[in-house]
Amino acid sequence: MGLLQAHCPGAAGTNVKTNNIQLIIRLLIPLGAVLLALLIGAVMLLSLGADPVSGYATMFRAAFGSLDGFSETAIKSIPLLLVGVGICIAFRANVINIGGEGQMVIGALLSTTAALAFPDLPSLVLIPVVLLAGAVGGAFWGAIAGALKAWFNVSEILSTIMLNIVAVQFMNFLLRGPMMDPAEVARGTGIPQTMRLSPNADLPILIEGMRIHLGVVIALGVAIGAYFLLWRTSMGFRLRAVGYNPDASRYAGISVPKNITAALAFSGAMAGIAGAILVFGSESHRMVTDGSSMGFTGSAGFNGIVVALLAGLHPLWSIPSALLFGGMLVGANALQRAAQVPSALIIALNGLIVVFVVSSEYFKQRAIPTIRVDGEMDGAEEGGANNG
Amino acid sequence: MDVAIVLKILIAAVAAGTPFVYAALGELVAEKSGVLNLGVEGMMLVGAITGFIAMAKTGSLLLAVASGMTAGMLMAAIFGVLTLTLMANQVASGLALTIFGIGLSAFLGLNYTSIALPGIPELPIPLLSDIPVLGKLFFSYDILVYGSLALFLLVSWFLYKTRAGLILRGIGETPKSAHALGYNVIRIRYLAVLFGGAMAGLGGVYLSVAYTPVWVEGMVAGRGWVSLALVVFATWRPLRVLFGAYLFGAITIAQFHVQGLGIDIPSQLLSMLPYLATILVLVVISRDLTAIRLNSPASLGITYHPENQ
Repeated sequence: MGLLQAHCPGAAGTNVKTNNIQLIIRLLIPLGAVLLALLIGAVMLLSLGADPVSGYATMFRAAFGSLDGFSETAIKSIPLLLVGVGICIAFRANVINIGGEGQMVIGALLSTTAALAFPDLPSLVLIPVVLLAGAVGGAFWGAIAGALKAWFNVSEILSTIMLNIVAVQFMNFLLRGPMMDPAEVARGTGIPQTMRLSPNADLPILIEGMRIHLGVVIALGVAIGAYFLLWRTSMGFRLRAVGYNPDASRYAGISVPKNITAALAFSGAMAGIAGAILVFGSESHRMVTDGSSMGFTGSAGFNGIVVALLAGLHPLWSIPSALLFGGMLVGANALQRAAQVPSALIIALNGLIVVFVVSSEYFKQRAIPTIRVDGEMDGAEEGGANNG
Repeated sequence: MDVAIVLKILIAAVAAGTPFVYAALGELVAEKSGVLNLGVEGMMLVGAITGFIAMAKTGSLLLAVASGMTAGMLMAAIFGVLTLTLMANQVASGLALTIFGIGLSAFLGLNYTSIALPGIPELPIPLLSDIPVLGKLFFSYDILVYGSLALFLLVSWFLYKTRAGLILRGIGETPKSAHALGYNVIRIRYLAVLFGGAMAGLGGVYLSVAYTPVWVEGMVAGRGWVSLALVVFATWRPLRVLFGAYLFGAITIAQFHVQGLGIDIPSQLLSMLPYLATILVLVVISRDLTAIRLNSPASLGITYHPENQ
């Protein structure tokens, strides 16, 4: 795990037993991190005068206690999973993409533009078109930061953050200006949103009477696809090689700049798809913001990083990880309604979970001094040791 | 009239640049010791709300500053434990710190969103501030602006004129050699990180108590990240940090005046400008690999393992 293991000196040792221990530890560490964070959250709940046990019970029931609740959780998990999977790809190439927010926004804007331009296309065509437009928009926004890093040595951490702010302002401009709903203009109410987009682009509902829609299937497909990309294709091999050791990769004839750009483009594409799904899977079927930086994305661009880190930068482990954080969002809303406990608590808990996951690397290395490198589910330990 | 507007922009630019001066100089010291702390945004936010609460409760600026700095240091201490004691990756730990800080500050500030503080008074320096034009430009700010200038002098003096500063820079270059010479790398890095946290907290206090004396969730609004960019922009030199901070402040302020001049550009597009300018500047600075290599601390961002040496 390039990001989490600064140095991993002994990458040897190959027997089944360590593999099993490793798998157990892989499961125990995220669980421990979540439990510790929840414990601190309980203290925070107490400080607000709320009962932690019933508080957590409320959250759990709301998120996972009913089919309806689970449908909400799944919907909240979609952008988290997509952004998280993108983060997995980028971080494995040792590229720190903090630009999920901006990439979501640009993806959503391009997909909305596509839907506005071709409203009469049949669903079977229009839905792929808007999703592709989202991917292209996000990939473009990510590739800018990638190219700046690859050819101009600009830190992608800084450029992606700056590009987030630029993208959000661009969205505010478009949604208050050229793309604003004509009805809003006529009424003069000025809500920054587009008109109701073509119904042909609505993502189909999967279960009658619930909100769960095609986006869930797409997100799962992308996660599985990313797994194959990373470990079953030569493209993925090159990405990981560049992340693991750029000098050796260069020596082996792999273009480091191209792969850095590609990593950010892939990562951005997934965030872009997430942006498109937020628009076409929404209840209002329009792109809408409140003008703030999180108005459109709900911070999924950042929380996706949390999802990926908890998942050990593995696309498939990102699925339960995204469900957990999606569930926490749904639960937090319920808690706010039931006990006036602010959802800010949950953001703090997210941060704590990452803090614990990051710190657990130390104990993990103590527990298994030798780490096997392979390409399976439990092979997520590999990655770049180069942080320079 | 033109002079008056330019003067107004410059004075406002200094105020707008001051939070960057604090946060970026603090980060500069941490980075000079070889530690990259991406948690500046989070430390600033927690400093901002803590200072705001102290100010709202007691009305004492001194207490606000002290508590904001303490809060920033506590946040930095978390980062220190993660990266220096547990030897976790600095990038991931910094991100975790920022995410935690965003949530924690929002949580702490729940009951303070509808309060406006009176701000802090300007403190014109007697006599000097009476000089026409220059007096207003240089000698009539509030005490925290003067404080940031004092910090600049202190950091420049410390890093380049003291033995302790030399040791700190040496540790940032080759921690192994410093260790071999008998210096406690981890302890000195802890001190540098804590100093960075205190300054980020103070930058936050300036925002919430003096610059815009209300608490708004996430009010630091990317300034922590810009501070990190400023350190690169400055190629790790204090004077250039100061210059960069005021330059960024000036671009931020100028956008409000462009519309006043009757130039019709949507405000959202104007507010992109400082960030586009930052990217552009980073391109110009970063592409010069030699300058970056010469100036950036050689061990920046690399975890130091004492037992492996």
